This record gives sequence, C-alpha cells and structure tokens, in this order.
Amino acid sequence: MPKITFAAADGDTRTIEANIGDSVMETAVRNGIGGIVAECGGSLSCATCHVIVDEHDFASLPPMEEMEDEMLWGTAVDRAGTSRLSCQIRVTEGMDLGVTLPETQV
Amino acid sequence: MGENGLLIIGSSQAGVQLAVSSRALGYAAPVTLLGDENHRPYQRPPLSKDFLQDKITKESLIFRSQEFWDEHRITVVKGERVDKIDVTPDGTGTAWSASGRAFPFDRLALTVGARARRLEVPGADLDGVLYLRNADDALDLKARTPGAGRVVVIGGGFIGIEAAASLHSLGKRVTLLEFADRLVARAVGAETSRFILDHHRRAGIDIRLGSAVDEIVGHDGKVRAVRVGGEEIAADIVLVGVGVIPNTELAEAMGLRCDDGIVVDRHAVASDGTTLAVGDCANLPNPVPGSPAGGRVRFESVNHAIEHAKVAAHALVGRQEEYAGIPWFWSNQGDLKLQIAGLSSGYDRSVVRSPADPLKHSVLYYRGDRLIAADCVNVPLDFMAVKQALSRGVSLPPDAVADPGAPLKSLLAEATAPDEGNPSS
Ligand SMILES: Cc1cc2nc3c(=O)[nH]c(=O)nc-3n(C[C@H](O)[C@H](O)[C@H](O)COP(=O)(O)OP(=O)(O)OC[C@H]3O[C@@H](n4cnc5c(N)ncnc54)[C@H](O)[C@@H]3O)c2cc1C
Ligand code: FES
Repeated sequence: MPKITFAAADGDTRTIEANIGDSVMETAVRNGIGGIVAECGGSLSCATCHVIVDEHDFASLPPMEEMEDEMLWGTAVDRAGTSRLSCQIRVTEGMDLGVTLPETQV
Repeated sequence: MGENGLLIIGSSQAGVQLAVSSRALGYAAPVTLLGDENHRPYQRPPLSKDFLQDKITKESLIFRSQEFWDEHRITVVKGERVDKIDVTPDGTGTAWSASGRAFPFDRLALTVGARARRLEVPGADLDGVLYLRNADDALDLKARTPGAGRVVVIGGGFIGIEAAASLHSLGKRVTLLEFADRLVARAVGAETSRFILDHHRRAGIDIRLGSAVDEIVGHDGKVRAVRVGGEEIAADIVLVGVGVIPNTELAEAMGLRCDDGIVVDRHAVASDGTTLAVGDCANLPNPVPGSPAGGRVRFESVNHAIEHAKVAAHALVGRQEEYAGIPWFWSNQGDLKLQIAGLSSGYDRSVVRSPADPLKHSVLYYRGDRLIAADCVNVPLDFMAVKQALSRGVSLPPDAVADPGAPLKSLLAEATAPDEGNPSS
C-alpha cells in the first residue's frame, strides 16, 4: 500500500498507509493528523492543508496548477520551495511520500 | 464531572468539530455524537458541486475514519432522531430518540443545523420537486438526473446556482428562476451578482430574475412544468433552493430563547447558561471585529461551524475563548471559484478591481475608511490578501486597490494596523 509520512513541526512523525485515489489531505484528516486543518474539505479554497514536501519527493509529483500556486501565497506559515496544498496531491500506486507540517495552518 | 459526559445532537460540520475540539482541549468524559441521518458524518458542500457532478464518491465526503472515532473515544450514533429532552437546572438530563432510546448527558450541545425552506405554491408536493440539504436529497437528485433532460431550479442563492452549474455541466437544459432582481443578494454586492449572472448566462443557463413562481404543474402526480406569469417552463425535475430555516424546535421545547436561531452568548452558551448551541442553528453576537455594536448574526457556513465549535469546546472545558478569525465562504459554480472574506453588509463604498481576464473579478468593500470584505472570483491572491488584512485589522487604501495591476499583497505589506502605530509618521 502507498505510504505517507507526516512530520509534525515539533519533529513527531507518523507513517500512514494510504488509499490510491485519495488525496494526501484526506488521508491525514481521516486519520487525525492534527497539523492539517483542511477547512474547505479539499475545494482548493482555504489553504489550511499546507504541507512542505520532502525535497527528493517533490519532483516526482505532478506539477501544480495556477490556482494552487496562488493559494500558496496566502498560507499561515510562508510557503517554502517545496510547499504544496495536500488536498491537491493524489495518492498513487507505490507512492512513498514524506511531508512536513507547518507550525500552524490558520 | 459525571459519567455521562457530553451529548452532541447533530453530527455534521459543527457537531464533528465540537467533538474533535473537546478532545483536543483535554475534555476527558465520554462524548456521544448523535445524528438522525443514516450516514456516517459527512460534509455537505460537495453535494451541490463535485458529488453532484459524479467527480467524487460518497466515501470522500466522510469526515473521519471509524478508527479515529474509536481512538478518541467518541461514540458516533447514526439514525436516531431526538424528539424530547428532559433537563434539570444543573444542565444534566436525558435526550430521548423517536425510537425510544435514552441518551443521558452531563452537558448538552445542540448542533442541529438548519433545514431547507419548503416552497409554498400549488403543486409543490408533486413527485420530482426536490431539495438539496443532505446526502439523501443528493442521492435522490443524482438517481433522477440521468432520466431528466430539463431542470428548473427555483432560487438563485449559492446552492441553486451551484446545482444549476453542476447540472448544466452534465448536459441538462437548466432554467434558474430568482424572485429578486439579482443573484445571491444576501451575500454578495451588486457588481458580483452581475458578474455571476453574466457568466452563467454566457455558459448557457437560462437565468430569469424577478420571477415569482405561481405553480408547479404536474401530470399523474409528477412534475411536468413550472408556471411563471403566463408562461409554462417544461421541467422533468424542479430543484428548490430558497433558503433554510434553523432547527430550533428542541431548544424551544427546552425553554431556550430563540430568535432566528438559538440565541447564544459570546461563548456559544444558550439562555439557560449551560446548553451549547453551535453552527447554522445558533444566533450569536456579531463576532466580526469592528462590526456595529449589539448586532447579532446567524451564519450558514463551514468556516463558521468550525470556528464556533472551537469557541464552544473552550466553554465546555471552562475556558472563556472568544470567537476569533474572519468569516469566510466559498462557492464553486462551474468555472467560477468564488471566495468571500469578511461580511460586506453595511458597506458604503465598493472598489472593483477589473483584471483583464473575463473569468476573474474582485471587489473590495469599505465602511468609511475601513476595509470590511471582498468578493473574489478566480483570484485567490486577492482573497488571501484581504483575509489577512482583515485578520490583522488593517485597511488597504481604496484608491490603490482600484489598480488591478497592484498586487494586494504588496499593499498589505505597506499597510499598518491601527494599533501597531506608524513608525514613519
Ligand atoms: C448543498 C450544500 C452546499 C454547501 N456549500 C457550502 C460551501 O461551499 N461553503 C460553505 O462554507 N458552506 C456550504 N454549505 C453550508 C454548510 O454545509 C453548513 O453551513 C454546515 O453544514 C452547517 O453545519 P451544522 O453542523 O451547523 O449544521 P448541519 O450541517 O445542518 O447539520 C445538522 C445535523 O443535525 C441533524 N439533526 C437535526 N435535528 C436533529 C435531531 N432532532 N436529532 C438528531 N439529529 C438532528 C441534521 O439531520 C444534520 O445532520 C453548503 C450546504 C449545502 C446543503
Ligand atoms: S483543504 Fe482547503 S485548500 Fe486544501
């Protein structure tokens, strides 16, 4: 099964087995990863599902669309080079993704 | 603390958040999250958008996994409708469901939301007159859409427009009838109503303003047409979206004060001093910074349900947290992604930023010199900048924002909060 590792801002990490087709945000929220708020439930409207993708995983993801890029300018913690909105990342076959959560989402 | 803990009636956006936040704040007693719907707690916004368009499955509407509920010792009860509550003056009591089950509690929270307002015209009870408030409504609508070529939507609020755009994208011939002289008049300014109207008309939705429905015309008990003025508009389905009514009946029976919702104080506590009421069902002091004193509001939004539930969770654990944050809302309508920050009601000046792109639109609203809100369509940069400006309590100079080439983010960086002082002056 695909795996996603969430590293909290304080260093705590949790690895979760994810379902293909779900978003990284859904995987986090349903399993109670506290660092992801996802107020809009994945509608690309809130930017409270911000994650910083591990450097070496970033390039393997499909590129983001303009809307996501714009939303990322409004995150609570300023975006980093490999920031993404996790509701826009789909879990795919064989995925083994590492992401770090920002200190706050709101 | 007794052993019955918290009973939350209504397991949707507000109830779920209250359960989750009370655990996050260290509430240790049992938590029961009870709802009358026969579904695991799910989110409503996609019902008129991606779910209606068959882009996502039912599973992706579900808020949390069963493991999550188990791990946090939250008991989720489905399909039980509470119709009677006995409560003692200290706030403990028992809720009774229609099936006769008893749910004792030490503390009660009402997160019972709102229900669709019914249309009151002849023929409104015909088969094929549908509403869209919950998952069963959506499943019914989805089951009927393949066989329906022509849809008449009654009501040009968010849900009506979103559903109209979704059904149109599925190839239906859609007519939308709105009684008022503009769309979503309650929530957006006139320029935004116009923008939305023009866009959906161009896309091919037949939108008629100032249209009062006289009758729904049937044949063999089934919808056939909608009669407006002298005209009959053929319809295989009629979808009604004419607003909601807060569910206050339980609260009224308990003797709680209700006035367009269950009246609560700044801490989401009802008039008995103990029952919590949260979300669409609650009427609260206007929490928006700088809003006219003494005003009260009832919101119908996800953002509010979440923020209000957090306030209530603090009250539950004996902490006096006031509502923080700026109300915001979104509505996806076909190609339009509308985002609203703040509340524009009571504005005396609006400034339209007109980007060259015909799919983009943003308007900022002011009361006096104070920025109070913005409607942004397909311009998340503007939305995010205004939301940040509002939460920091700074205004953006109206003359400068009128230039669509000036990024609001830079104006925000230059702006100073009234209480931050101005070092350069
Ligand atoms: C189709 C649709 C699209 C929407 N789109 C958006 C959007 O894009 N953005 C946005 O911000 N908001 C949107 N909303 C609004 C948002 O979903 C609501 O504001 C939110 O669901 C309110 O949450 P709530 O928990 O307060 O109330 P509700 O969601 O109404 O939940 C109340 C629950 O309590 C249950 N209940 C009531 N009485 C009883 C009883 N006696 N016993 C047991 N259970 C009971 C109800 O059945 C219901 O499940 C949309 C709503 C709909 C219907
Ligand atoms: S969940 Fe709101 S933008 Fe991702």
